[in-house]
Amino acid sequence: MKAEFTIPVVTNIPVTPSVVDGAMAHSRPFVAKSDHQTALGFPEELVEDWHDRALAKMKELLGKYRSLQVFMDSCVKCGACTDKCHYFLGTSDPKNMPVARQDLMRKVYRRYFTFAGKYFPWLVGAVDLTREVLEDWYSYYHQCSECRRCSVYCPYGIDTAEITMAGREILASVGIGQKYSNEIIGKVFKIGNNLGLPQPAMADTLLDLEEEIKEDIDVDVRLPLDDADAEVLLVSPSADFFAEPHVDGLIGYAKVFHQAGIPWTLSSHASEAANFGLFIGNDESMQKVATRIREAALELGVKRIIVGECGHAWRVAYSYWNTLIGPFDFLDPNYPAPQHICEATYDLVQAGALKFDKARNDDKVVTFHDSCNVARGSRMGNMPGGQFIIPRALIRASCNHFVDMREDSIREGTYCCGGGGGLLTDDLTELRVKGALPRVQALHEVIEQYHVTHMAAICAICKSQFTKVLPFYSLGMGMIISVHQLVGDALVLGSEQ
Amino acid sequence: MSTVTYLYAGAFYLAALILVLGVARKIMIYARTPVPFKIPTTPAPTTMPGVVGRMFRETVFFESLFKASKWTWIFGWVFHFAMLIVLIRHLRYFSEPVWMWVAVISPFGVYAGWAMLFGLSGLWGRRFLVDRVRYISAPSDHLMLVLLLAIVSTGLMMKYVWHTDIVAVKAFFLGLMRFDPTPLPSDPLLLTHLGLVVILMAVFPVSKLLHVPGVFFSPTRNQVDNPREFRHQGIRSS
Repeated sequence: MKAEFTIPVVTNIPVTPSVVDGAMAHSRPFVAKSDHQTALGFPEELVEDWHDRALAKMKELLGKYRSLQVFMDSCVKCGACTDKCHYFLGTSDPKNMPVARQDLMRKVYRRYFTFAGKYFPWLVGAVDLTREVLEDWYSYYHQCSECRRCSVYCPYGIDTAEITMAGREILASVGIGQKYSNEIIGKVFKIGNNLGLPQPAMADTLLDLEEEIKEDIDVDVRLPLDDADAEVLLVSPSADFFAEPHVDGLIGYAKVFHQAGIPWTLSSHASEAANFGLFIGNDESMQKVATRIREAALELGVKRIIVGECGHAWRVAYSYWNTLIGPFDFLDPNYPAPQHICEATYDLVQAGALKFDKARNDDKVVTFHDSCNVARGSRMGNMPGGQFIIPRALIRASCNHFVDMREDSIREGTYCCGGGGGLLTDDLTELRVKGALPRVQALHEVIEQYHVTHMAAICAICKSQFTKVLPFYSLGMGMIISVHQLVGDALVLGSEQ
Repeated sequence: MSTVTYLYAGAFYLAALILVLGVARKIMIYARTPVPFKIPTTPAPTTMPGVVGRMFRETVFFESLFKASKWTWIFGWVFHFAMLIVLIRHLRYFSEPVWMWVAVISPFGVYAGWAMLFGLSGLWGRRFLVDRVRYISAPSDHLMLVLLLAIVSTGLMMKYVWHTDIVAVKAFFLGLMRFDPTPLPSDPLLLTHLGLVVILMAVFPVSKLLHVPGVFFSPTRNQVDNPREFRHQGIRSS
């Protein structure tokens, strides 16, 4: 793969680079156009009194989020996080060290909101809010995928994601939003999904998929849309409807429901699990996007809501939905609300309702990439860490050959794919390729050692990101697959028995 | 009584006031600021006793720091634990008769002083030797370590080199607590040691020492992971 930047060298062991000041200062995503901004209630372009409005917004957010207020004060600059961010490891830019990214805001916080910074700015590194500082914010708050890896290692639990979200919210509120995220949120408001796929197109796509499955395995597996008789509303990332390898995951869910005899449906009103409101730190957008799902569930009269393979969507669903759009007292209390597709499938496996022919996946040696938002922002099952156990149990149930990657690169220590948090856009290709380095390095180890052929994931962003960046590292884009593709391929369907 | 005694008595009262009111103010701000969402860093405990356990491991063993960097953990944990022992040893200057448990722990306080020196030196060394830590260090980060190192050094020097009239020092502090100070010895080492302690107390609520109350208010650590079971409505921290 040719690139306009230097592709990092994949080493045999993980390496922490020396800092290279300003190495990624040029990286910034496209700025939102005026209509992307106004759709979300933000000003069209940089407002004249941006300085005062940014500080007023910061003050508002400090009073709104305890996380932000406590995190601004608590950091002691111990350095524990400095070698934990995949973007620092991949770019060497010191402002991609979590503490330095936080400090971009903290130095302004100190200048205007603390005694030491007001009277002794030079002592505590406090600075005035200038255009240069604002530009730095735009650049480096869009070099954080909000993956929370740093928060695992911080002795005070400081989560840079919270600060990045606040930074983006302040930027958007003075007129400098990010095009990619804001445009997508606008599409969800208007049409119902990130891709702007209208109902007729969705219906066609699903029919095509049904035919494809029929041709493939000669079973009538249905992919219902807006079916009022369904018990389960499946909310999936819209990439599942057509993008590779996502669509094979969607087929996998359909096969599971088919075999278990669970009447399910997709919804054209809530045809999107993703919620980029989280990424831009805007609660109003997040709530508005999530509300569509509650509306669809009530309208269809379903008993359960199941969320497809999407990392941040699962974080929003698991951690935020009950607060944003709960309570879910209209759903069947025998099932968790919401439930992850992996939990649903796992319960069926445990109950003996599914039969697998693992040999069908014998051409693969599989490893599993824990997606950051699932790993560090949510849970599955009823025990802490179920989010690590359950997807692996599904892979083991459907494959004979599974190995894990290096311990500090999986589970709670998993590296982000490099494209999360609203950065999955072509104007950030360099950042995405470089940010994938730590994951690719750990993958490289298991390829060398165990001849791993595939990496399974349960996140639409991870899947799209790896499809795009693996070729830069001379790895096949087909390496990345859905967990439910493995499940679906190995699942023995009724009529085959 | 001498000017020095009045000066130091006044300074200690003022510093104590700043420390207590300043930290109390910050705690009030933290407690009043809402936590709109569930954001524990998972995997997280699913019960309140589990969270108490997590906070205990975090504040007593520095669990997350241990995961992050063994060097920083060694220096940081030794420094903090040794400081605790040293502080306990110093309680003998504030209690009469000296509490039993303080008397038991006191002898270890001397070794703990050396351990503090070790830990602080290691932490300071990292600020020069590790390029990433050098990059993030502001003058105040160096000065805080210098301040602590100076307090420890002057303390150790009084133990080993120039003794002060410790009986008079104790009388001064007992008097201070009764709002009836007695004369404070005026040897330079003691005055330096105490002066630096006053500074440390006064900067506490306006510096990164706020990590002490802060860690207890960190939503990523103190929240129970139960958003599906209980509808979090944003006002309380759990």
